[in-house]
Parts: sequence; structure tokens; C-alpha cells
Amino acid sequence: MTQTQTQAVLDPAPTDATAVAASVDVRVPRLPGVLGWARAVVLAVLGLVALVGVWEGYKALAPEDGVVIGEQRVLPRTTDLAMPHVWDMVQRLGEPTTSMAGADPLWRSVADAALVSLGIAGVSWFVGTTVGLLLAVAMARLRVLEWGLLPWIILSQTIPLIAFAPVVRSWGSRIEIGGWDWPPWLSVAVIASYLAFFPVAVGALRGLQAHSRIHADLFHVYAAGWWSTLRRVRIPSAVPYLLPALRLGAASAVVGTVVAEVSTGYLDGIGRMLVSLAGQASGDPAKAWAPIFGAVALGLVAGGIVTVIGVLLRPYRRGEAR
Amino acid sequence: MNRSGLTLVGRVAAPLVVGALVLAVWQFLVSVVGVSPYLLPGPAEIGEEWSENSTVIREAFAITGTNAAIGLLAGTIVGVLLAAVASWLGWAEGMVGPIVAGLAVVPIVALAPVLNSMYGADSQYGRRVVAAIAAFVPVYVNSARGLHQTTQLHRDLLHATAANGWQRFRVLTLPSATPFVLTGIRVASSLAVISALVAEYFGGPRGGLGSFISTSAATSAYARAWAYVGAAIVLGLVAYVVTVLVERLVQHRLPTGAAT
Amino acid sequence: MSELTTTSTPAGTGPADGAGSSAAVSARGVTKTFKTRQGVVEALSNVDLEVAAGEFVALLGPSGCGKSTLMRVVADLERPTSGSVEVFGKSPARARRDQDYGIAFQQAGLLPWRTVARNVALPLELHGLSRPERKERVEYLLDLVGLSDFAGHHPDQLSGGMQQRVAIARALAEQPRLLLMDEPFGALDEMTRERMQAELARLSVETGAAVVFVTHSIPEGVFLADRVVVMSPRPGRIVGEVVTGIARDVPRDDALRQDPAFFARVTEVREVLHGSPVSSDGRELR
Repeated sequence: MTQTQTQAVLDPAPTDATAVAASVDVRVPRLPGVLGWARAVVLAVLGLVALVGVWEGYKALAPEDGVVIGEQRVLPRTTDLAMPHVWDMVQRLGEPTTSMAGADPLWRSVADAALVSLGIAGVSWFVGTTVGLLLAVAMARLRVLEWGLLPWIILSQTIPLIAFAPVVRSWGSRIEIGGWDWPPWLSVAVIASYLAFFPVAVGALRGLQAHSRIHADLFHVYAAGWWSTLRRVRIPSAVPYLLPALRLGAASAVVGTVVAEVSTGYLDGIGRMLVSLAGQASGDPAKAWAPIFGAVALGLVAGGIVTVIGVLLRPYRRGEAR
Repeated sequence: MNRSGLTLVGRVAAPLVVGALVLAVWQFLVSVVGVSPYLLPGPAEIGEEWSENSTVIREAFAITGTNAAIGLLAGTIVGVLLAAVASWLGWAEGMVGPIVAGLAVVPIVALAPVLNSMYGADSQYGRRVVAAIAAFVPVYVNSARGLHQTTQLHRDLLHATAANGWQRFRVLTLPSATPFVLTGIRVASSLAVISALVAEYFGGPRGGLGSFISTSAATSAYARAWAYVGAAIVLGLVAYVVTVLVERLVQHRLPTGAAT
Repeated sequence: MSELTTTSTPAGTGPADGAGSSAAVSARGVTKTFKTRQGVVEALSNVDLEVAAGEFVALLGPSGCGKSTLMRVVADLERPTSGSVEVFGKSPARARRDQDYGIAFQQAGLLPWRTVARNVALPLELHGLSRPERKERVEYLLDLVGLSDFAGHHPDQLSGGMQQRVAIARALAEQPRLLLMDEPFGALDEMTRERMQAELARLSVETGAAVVFVTHSIPEGVFLADRVVVMSPRPGRIVGEVVTGIARDVPRDDALRQDPAFFARVTEVREVLHGSPVSSDGRELR
């Protein structure tokens, strides 16, 4: 997926607040305390088991050539080559990457590549978030700026910005500033931070405008200045809006990194590994799944980091619906 | 009056000014500063490439557009059905919820190369599956929320009037869930387009906008690459406008509105 | 001033006259219009109001009578379309910058991420009091509203009545000579409300501050105020006023609530409100 699979969360269009609030915290029926946690964990594991079950069940029951309607193959082939067993995928992770002597185990190679991508995505997320926050504050301060920029920002969320990725590739080899070469990873980071920036800017602006009327009145009565109000009311009230935006930004940064790695031909990250191992799938089908697990882990780690930020900001989320 | 008139002028004029400014800077960079066309081709060049390749662009547009549309349709159907099941059965929601929350932060395109080999090298279905999974996430999340929107008050009211299950669904659940489902679909439409496009960067059959963007860029035909990018932008806008229109239409026909 | 006169009392009587020049609030010919889609709405039409220092005035009337708007004009939250307002002889904007008044709304409006103590300290912090001074003042204020044990709690851990007490403590933080309150007990249940009324009456005596108290409850206005100013909607205007004659030092307790004189005043206010005598034996409250 790309830029923002969870635009769900931060709906791009100027719409009802419901979509904004619709964070990824999918509702889990709540039981109190430890019992509720145990139930949630057990159900989540069962969900994964069911997913594996669907895979293996389809593989066992469907015809080898997949489900073909007319000329079209609507569901995939079920041969071991097309759909390796889940246990083969897992087992393959522990085996050496290549047949060369002394090769790292596959999981190790995948982890290394994923860490490189995580680093780039992290930098991109940080840069995109910083720029997004600053721009949101600027738009909140100057109405003209909001009028001029916000429509474009919203519009750009409905269009596939990531289409630019292959084009930006050309910058990598050609920009040189004072003897300093544009490193290839920077092209990737530029694209990824660009993608991370949009949801943060929109979410933060919406958050900065979400403080209640009564607090605005109160600070007016206190003759508090704009910056004082920003610091004491508007930024704290923006936190519940900011967190879904940060999560979206993180997802966008990860997707942007993976896609940009592929389209700029960056060699060290997980993106390139996805493509190159898929190319070897005819000989080693289970191997192609290893970088997919890596990409999944990458996304989950990024999402987890935002969750930790959410926990740290918990004092500012007291108003959230319980 | 005066003030609101000014506001209106500002709201319309400001984005136009910004747009014109960007175009002007772009043209300035290209024709006065002389930025290398490798970095940034001029608008005129791009327009030229567009008209020269209009047939190819149209075909590519159709291929990617079809992939996105099929993906969106499949993802929407699965998302709504699964959300309905999940709202019915608490344990099903507990099973699906974490997976969807994970999917939301995971780069789903990573599946593209493997799906290509699962379906065979000449099939567009791998990309459609990617688009479908991407579309599924917001549809499911929003639908699940929507189906939870009925308030205790309304449920009590219908219980007191002895409404049966179908009546309850028609009078209460459907109208309060519909706006959420529609929002989910609107978000999903952009995602389906983006996914269908980006999946093409990961190999598979040629012919779509994404594969043309990457091959043009790979052969240093940057102006042509930008022309395809322009077509991709148009595709994104078309998808968005269509879903907004569908949304309007449905809202017109169906009794909707969040329960309060 | 002419409009003020109706049934019961001549306008401008009551404590206001004695206080003379140092009036807490002095509004003359205040008119406020809003433009809406339906056209121009006159929220306030040529309103005169005088509140003496230390006086407790209730603004009473049905929804849409402009009582809140009048209070917001005094607080410099709205500008009057025409007419003049002075707060302690200054413009409302100046009085606001000088922090001459404290304010409380129907919602407590506490910052949910701050503890009770830090909520009360907010105005002090904004106006540059040192930390030890703030601490001392907050301790005093929390003691005043009986919430010393809850200093470290967050607003969501408090009941509605306790939250409103925090808001009142916050309004009193800078020892204002005027307290503006917009239906501060409107969202509370009746039992809590009666307790809070008694508490506010005590606080107003202890601090000696003038109070402008917006309410739509007749007994509440009579119970608390020296003077009840009755307003009427479309356009929002003052239709009369009733001096309650209940001295500041009379304890606001259950005995007062059952006092025939109290009932008589309630009836009187009701008559002003309805514009005609109401056949009442004073049994109904609210």
C-alpha cells in the first residue's frame, strides 16, 4: 500500500470529525483487567491462526491451476511453487540465505535490510512530522496561509503522490552541492518524508482548531497571548488528533520508503530484497516470503513506536472517549 | 456582510494564487534558471509528451483504472461483510481487529511481487488483490465503527416498540452506519488507485500507468514520465470525484444520519 | 433607565445608588445585533444595567433573552453594536487586561490534562506569579471551596459539582472585585445545585466581590441575589427588576428557602417575568 493505507484514520477530505476520530484502535469488546487482556490476546492469536487456516485450506482444496472464470484466473494457483506452505516459509527463515559457505541465515539478512529501511523511514517520519507540525502551526496562525495551502494539501491526498518516486530517482545521480554528493538513500528519504508530511499537517491543523470554545473564551478573558494559548491549550487539545496523524505518517513513511527503494533502485533496504527474492521464487518459493515478513515487522515496529508515543502523551488524552 | 464577503474572496483567491505561484516558479526554474530537464522538465514539454502519447496514456489509464476499480469493489464487499459479521459476533471482532490494525501500518504492496508469481506473470490479478487489501482496511474500520453507532437510547426505544431484527436493522442500524461506510469507501478509493499504481513498480505485466512511469524514468525519458504522472493524478482525481458523487447519490436515496 | 420600571420597584434603587461612582458594572444603552441566515437578530436592545461594588445581581430570563450576551459584553467576549459599557470605570477590554473580574461558565471548562491545583493556578501562571506565591494562593483557594484533598486529582476524576467548584476557585484566583457567572450551576443536579448555591453565597460574602449571575431559575436568583434583573427575549431587553431585600449577611440555608418572604419575592419575580400578576400561593419552586 502506499501513501496512507489508513487514510481511514485521517480522512483526506474535509469531512466529519468521525473519520478523524476513527483511529486504528479497532474496537475490542472490553472486559475488565487481566481477563480482558487475555481474551484480546487469545482472539488475536486465533485470528492469525484463522488466516493461516484460510491459506492452507484454499491450498488443499482448490484446483492446482487456481479458480478460473472464463479466461480469467480469479484466485491464484495452489502449487507449492505459487503458494508455499506456511511452515515452509517459517522454516526457510532459519536456513542460510544462499548456498555459499558461511552465508547468514535468511532471517538475519532480512533483519539487516529491514533495519536499514527502518532507519530511513525513521528519519523521513521525523522530518515529515516536523515540517508538518510547523506548517500546521503557521496555518493556524495565519488564516491566509490556511486558505492558500490547505485545499492543495487535501487535494494532494486524493492523488497518488507516490507516482513521483521514479522521477525523483533522477535527482540522486545529478545533484552535487559543493563536492557533496547526493547519497542514494536521501532520494528515498525525500519521497518518504514528503508522504509522511501530509497527514501530519492536516491532522495537526485540525487538532489545533479543535480546542473548545469555552477554553478560547477563558484565555481571552485572561488576556493570554496567541503563543501562550497555543502552548497551554491548543497543542494539548490537539494531541488526540495528532496521534492518529502520527500513526498515519509512520505508515506513510514506511510505505514510501519501501516503494521508493524499489523505484530508485536503492540496494540495501527491504524494498529491493522484496523484488529480487521474488525473482528467485521459481527456484525457492518460500524464500520470497521472508522479506514480506520483514516488511510486516517494519510496519508493526513503526506503528508500535507511535503507540509508545501515545502512552507517553496519555495525560493529554484524558478527554478521549472511554 | 463586508467581512464574510472578504472571507469568501480570500478562500477562493488564496489557493488560486498559490497554484499560479507554483506554476510560475516552475516555469521560472526551467526557462530562466535553466534547471536540467533531468531534474525538472517544463510544463510545455510535459504537455507535448502527453499529446504525442495520448493513445498509450489512455490505454494505460484504463488498465490501472480497471485494476483499482476491481480492487475497490472486492475490498469494499469483503470489508462490509466482515464488519457486519464482526458486529454480530464479539469474538469475530476480536479476531479481525488486531489483523486490520496491523494491516493499517504494514506496507501491503510488499505482497505485489509474490502475488505476481502466484497468479502467473501475465495476470493483472496480483495488483487487483493488492488494491483490494488496501481498500479493505478503511472500509472495514469505518463500517465496524458505523455499526457500533446506535445508541442505547434508540435500542431501548425499538425494544419497547417490539421491533423485530429486520426492522431494527432497517430503521436504526443501516441509517446510522451508512455515512461511515461511505466515508470508508471514499478513503478506500484513493488507496485503491495508489496501490494499483504502485504495485506496478514491483514488476509484473507491462501496460499500466505505473509501469510506464518507471520504464520512462529508467530510460531517462523524464518528460514522458511526468506526463504519465500527470495521468496518474487525473486517475486519482477521477476516482475521488466518482466516489464523492456515489456518496451523494446514496445519501440522497437512503435515510442516513448519525444517531444522536 | 426608563425601561427598568415595571411593577414592583423603581429602577435604580437598591444598593447600586449608594455606591455611586465606583460602580462595578455600568452599561448604558447597550444594543447587540447578530447577523444570521434568517436575518438580523437583536440579542440586546438598549439595555441599561448598573451593578454596585459588592452587589450580587442575578440576570434572569428565558432562553434567548440576551442575559448571557449581556454578561459576555461585560466580559469583553462580545462587542456591543452600540452603547457603552464600563467596568470599574474602565472599558471592558482594559478591565480584562487588568484582570478586574473572574469568570465561570455553565461548563467548568477545566483543562483535562492539568490537575485540580494546576487548573486553579492557570490564571496566576499566565500573569507571572512566582511558583511559591502560586502554591500558597492555590492552597488557600482550594481550602475556600473545600477541595484541598483533591489538589492532585484530574478533572475527570471529579463529580460535576466538584468540577464547578474548581472553576469557581479559578475565577476567584486573582481576587477579582467582580465575578461573572453564566449559569454556573445549570448542569448540576438539584441537590448539588442547592449546596453550591449556599457555598457561592458564602464566598461572595467572604470575598466581598460584586457578582453578575446569569440564571434561568427564579428561586436560584432570588435566593442568591440582592437584586434580580428580569429580561425578556425578541428583542433581548430588561423588563423589570426585583430587590430581594435579603441582606448579604442572612445565611443562605434551608430556613431561607422556606421563608414566606422568600416565596413572596419568587412570586414577584414571576409576575415581572410574565408581565402580569400570577395567582400564586408561592408553593411552586421552579
